[in-house]
Amino acid sequence: MVEAASVLVGQGEAAESGGPAVVGPDPVQITLTVNGVARTIEVEPRMTLAEALRGLLGLTGTKISCGRGACSACTVWLDGATVCSCMMLAIDVGTRSVTTIEGLATGGRLHPVQAAFIEHDALQCAFCTPGIVMSCAALLERTPDPTAEDVQRAIAGHLCRCGTYPHVVAATLAAAKARKA
Amino acid sequence: MNRFAWAHARGIAEAAAAASTTVADAMAAPPGAGGDEMSIVKAGGIDLIDLLKENLLVPAKLVSLKDIPGLDGVVEEQGGGLRIGAMTTLATLADHSVLRRRCPVLADALRGSASAQIRNVATLGGNLLQRPRCWYFRAADYRCLRKGGGHCFALSGENQYHAIFDNGQCAIVHPSTAATVLVALGAAVELANAEGAQRQVLLEDFFVPPHRDVQRENDLKPHEILTAILLPQLPEGLRMAHVKQGERDSFDWPLADVAVAFDLDPEGSCKRAAIILGAAAPVPHRARTAEAALRGRRIDEDTARQAGRAALDGAMPLAKNAYKLPLFEVLVRRAILAAAARQ
Ligand SMILES: Cc1cc2nc3c(=O)[nH]c(=O)nc-3n(C[C@H](O)[C@H](O)[C@H](O)COP(=O)(O)OP(=O)(O)OC[C@H]3O[C@@H](n4cnc5c(N)ncnc54)[C@H](O)[C@@H]3O)c2cc1C
Ligand code: SF4
Ligand code: FES
Ligand code: FES
Repeated sequence: MVEAASVLVGQGEAAESGGPAVVGPDPVQITLTVNGVARTIEVEPRMTLAEALRGLLGLTGTKISCGRGACSACTVWLDGATVCSCMMLAIDVGTRSVTTIEGLATGGRLHPVQAAFIEHDALQCAFCTPGIVMSCAALLERTPDPTAEDVQRAIAGHLCRCGTYPHVVAATLAAAKARKA
Repeated sequence: MNRFAWAHARGIAEAAAAASTTVADAMAAPPGAGGDEMSIVKAGGIDLIDLLKENLLVPAKLVSLKDIPGLDGVVEEQGGGLRIGAMTTLATLADHSVLRRRCPVLADALRGSASAQIRNVATLGGNLLQRPRCWYFRAADYRCLRKGGGHCFALSGENQYHAIFDNGQCAIVHPSTAATVLVALGAAVELANAEGAQRQVLLEDFFVPPHRDVQRENDLKPHEILTAILLPQLPEGLRMAHVKQGERDSFDWPLADVAVAFDLDPEGSCKRAAIILGAAAPVPHRARTAEAALRGRRIDEDTARQAGRAALDGAMPLAKNAYKLPLFEVLVRRAILAAAARQ
């Protein structure tokens, strides 16, 4: 930081603060809000959110498959928006609230999308399922009355090697109906 | 991924001062160079984390731009142009009411890029600066020309996704879909350094072809932050379209994409035309012969077809990518007709 600080001498905000706040590479304490609960953990800056959820918080519902943003198995919500947790550093989450598959059920009752997935046989090996459910549930938050095309678009980032797609669409449309009933 | 420290920049000058090198410089340097000091800027991190996971890059520190105020959002400028903050996510832009009204072609191109999960995180600045998808480039085992080695493995190897133009040295295609549209519209980028100096460069000139420097795709300098993408005021009545063809309909970089923009005089003849091919060359490729084929002509099936053929002028397909020739020929024709049909 010596170099950065010397470049910045006399430069307003930066000079006052003497360069950006730096933490790591050793573990840093952070607090994540996960499924409504504040959880304090120690992470190296290189740890992904997916690794933190699974390894440090025991929330193994979130799956890691490709680890490269290319399959969406690791989908969670950040402030309600779907993201790939394998491509998000835990330290980068900040104050945004994290929702995982474990956070969808309320009071011991499955989320309508979860219930509809069972009803409509929308999973086989189920490795992709937690991620797909997160995308379908997010869709219903935005679009309570989706068309089949809306569902297809919402799951376009997901790879399911068992080919459950048609059942996923049927289940999500049924969940939308059930939620309104 | 190797260990790295994490710096939280609060201002542009602070981030620029801390960003000791660019990803292109770092990857072309001999292994181990840069060492303890190598600090790299992070936006959404989608491209950067991919490179880190592959150990293609071993920075000592990442400098996060996320919390710098004023780097995101869309502003309608006095002169009629649009200023898009470099940190605005693709998802925000795809749904942005101002962008949808003023430039739906760009909003749609962003909506069609990557997956919802990626668009929620990826920024437009990072999208323009993402490194190529060439699989030799992405694999640590191949120290190819673009990474400071002495050889292009794609020229005699697996080159089905590679360039059909300007592919003699290194045959990457530029990976940004947004860039195809932005170059067609004459967009510029704004950059700032640690001393607070700013420069603006036409996006088309910001991209660097292999003969200028085979180790970088753009002219970003160390200690420089991309702050905004500037869309000029688009002439009244400008016709635009962007069309693409992928291997599948869901999400992936396109095999080929085409952006066209032209305006017509009162008689319906084409005054000026921009025809840009994406996934065709190491930088977004301006199809000059096709542009000339439109100028002064009325736009109909026939001219569109001629322009489609003219767009292939100078193409030199590799062993496995000749399929891109008919693809581009058809996409250029379709894009021209789609633009003409828009009032
Ligand atoms: C499955 C998948 C499909 C995809 N499909 C497409 C597609 O169809 N079309 C397409 O265009 N892209 C596609 N992408 C690529 C994706 O859009 C880009 O990786 C993403 O936009 C990069 O943006 P970012 O904000 O995450 O950048 P980062 O990864 O944070 O940064 C990228 C690079 O730019 C530098 N950088 C970033 N911002 C700045 C700045 N403001 N100033 C200086 N330097 C900066 C970083 O140092 C880094 O080198 C796809 C990606 C995935 C994973
Ligand atoms: S095409 Fe370019 S990036 Fe790919 S192997 Fe050849 S030199 Fe490397
Ligand atoms: S595991 Fe995250 S996208 Fe595949
Ligand atoms: S149910 Fe097996 S991968 Fe989707």
